[in-house]
Amino acid sequence: MRISATLRMAFRALRRNKLRSTLTALGIIIGVGAVIAMVGIGNGAKSQVEAQIASLGQNVVLIFAGNWNSGGVRSGWGGAGTLVVDDALAVAREVPAVTCVSPEVRDRDQVLANGQNWNTQILGEGPDYLQIRDWPLDSGAMFTDQDVRGTTKVCIIGKTVANQLFPDEDPVGQTLRIRDIPFKVLGVLHPKGLSVMNTDQDDVVLVPYTSLMKRISKRTNINSVIVQSSSSAAALQVQMAISDLLRQRHRLGPNRDDDFTIRGQQEIADAFTATSRIMTVLLGAIASVSLIVGGIGIMNIMLVSVTERTREIGIRMAVGAHGSDILLQFLIEAITLSSLGGMIGIALGIGSAKLLSALAGWPTLVSPTSVVLAFLFSAAVGVFFGFYPARKASNLDPIDALRYE
Amino acid sequence: MTAVIKLDKVHKTYHTGEVDVYAVRGVTLEIAQGEFVAIMGASGSGKSTMMNIIGCLDRPTEGAYFLDGVDVSHLDRDELAGLRNRKLGFVFQGFNLLSRTSALENVELPMLYTHDHLTAAMQRERAIHALEIVGLADRADHHPNQLSGGQQQRVAIARALVNQPAVLLADEPTGNLDTRTSVEVMGVFQKLNDEGITIVMVTHELDIAAFTKRNVIMRDGEVVNDTQVEHRSIAEEELRRLQRAQQAVKLTT
Repeated sequence: MRISATLRMAFRALRRNKLRSTLTALGIIIGVGAVIAMVGIGNGAKSQVEAQIASLGQNVVLIFAGNWNSGGVRSGWGGAGTLVVDDALAVAREVPAVTCVSPEVRDRDQVLANGQNWNTQILGEGPDYLQIRDWPLDSGAMFTDQDVRGTTKVCIIGKTVANQLFPDEDPVGQTLRIRDIPFKVLGVLHPKGLSVMNTDQDDVVLVPYTSLMKRISKRTNINSVIVQSSSSAAALQVQMAISDLLRQRHRLGPNRDDDFTIRGQQEIADAFTATSRIMTVLLGAIASVSLIVGGIGIMNIMLVSVTERTREIGIRMAVGAHGSDILLQFLIEAITLSSLGGMIGIALGIGSAKLLSALAGWPTLVSPTSVVLAFLFSAAVGVFFGFYPARKASNLDPIDALRYE
Repeated sequence: MTAVIKLDKVHKTYHTGEVDVYAVRGVTLEIAQGEFVAIMGASGSGKSTMMNIIGCLDRPTEGAYFLDGVDVSHLDRDELAGLRNRKLGFVFQGFNLLSRTSALENVELPMLYTHDHLTAAMQRERAIHALEIVGLADRADHHPNQLSGGQQQRVAIARALVNQPAVLLADEPTGNLDTRTSVEVMGVFQKLNDEGITIVMVTHELDIAAFTKRNVIMRDGEVVNDTQVEHRSIAEEELRRLQRAQQAVKLTT
């Protein structure tokens, strides 16, 4: 029998019971819609995290000051205070494949300007910092090596700080005060958005690290060092070389733990994307359950339909339908039901993903792969759950079927 | 004359529970091309089982059945389905038309399962031709529920004819019809038989059997009587007689 004739028959049979077909398809519609929307949310979160990790910069290796351990009392990160500017300079000087290095000192303080004040993060950085982070300036220019050497009172501000302190004017050339020390604003950073840790990266004031250490924080140790390696392939060697160098510089014997921590960008990326990947899989799995429930609905209704149409099956067999013709007829009916449901479900899923982004502000990303997969899966649901009823129909005895009331 | 249907010592035994039911017990029967046979008998006589075997819906437990010269006793389900499609046309008591499907599409149904490829246009042409034979070409678009019982049965006959079968099988074709319509349907059968189509019909009504050429009477699974009909009723004459009787009733009231 021709497929086109079978398809026509399937559509006619489904049209005959419009409400029933719609309700049955609804199970698949909701299932596929949920899969598309949920995977969309998961992928959206993942791509956001990936974008945030990319905002760290290219091939970045981070060195954090470590913890000290004295008689069982452990200080926590950065407590060791053994990481110093010279370590950073040594890394830049001695480790091959390192292109840029920036020592980093962190502080929080109240920043004043224009009669406004704002509590923000103050970062002491080297002049290569923006290059490493791949962070362009909207206006002005970065401070230089000379500023670092001269502990100059200059700063670069993030967009958030600019908006808070200089809402109506160009901040470049203005002065802001940190602990009553005036700093001249040299430039404004291009907005970068949220970090991996969900903090506002634009809520920041950058000053030369020497200025922060000597003028504001009055300290000699640094929090971390940002290192850029020449390629992602070199990153691991760079990490090992840094580790060796720092252990040597800090005179750590073979039995002593590191008093610093080194993290490659890839590790950070892996840690964060793993979470969102698990979330995607979980959401997808939960949504798939509803798709399977939809499939059971199809099976249920197809079984009812086979019973109802026993006589029709008998007639078809009497006039010469093979078992395979009947099998195909019911199977195609089930597949038509589930794939139509799948198509509507895809539209619904994309729609609700868009709606969620618009209303809740969640990033969603509906990938073509997930759409194709969801559609194939819905068709497969039709095959899987339609097969048993179709087989039952095709195995009917024509004499019994013709007599069925 | 060659036998279209040849049954040779056919038995059919049903194993239901602990008791074996011998529905057909050693029937030998030949039906030649162009015959019009009524198989008669009370219920339980085995005539329906005979019909199922002749119609290739069931297989004999013992004995051989030759349809159009081919031994079909040992064919499988699909081969039997193919035979039914090509060589047999079925007319049932309950019409068995697909509801909510037009008369034309009902008639086209057997051609859906025919494995020589006919174009949709050819199928349509053949179906319309079959409807013309039974005089219903003008009702091709009607659905079964828009047709009278007699018309529905004529659509069923058209469906049975559409693949040009060797034998037309009718199982109590007038069972659900009133006298007048029954005679009309028998008229259709007689006309088809006159054109050379072999017809085998199961009935328990004597006056319906009188329209055929040969009566085979069964009892307890055996053929007990097989005679040619001597004073055959002619449907056209019967119809005229019925009309006169009806008019007579009208005049008296």
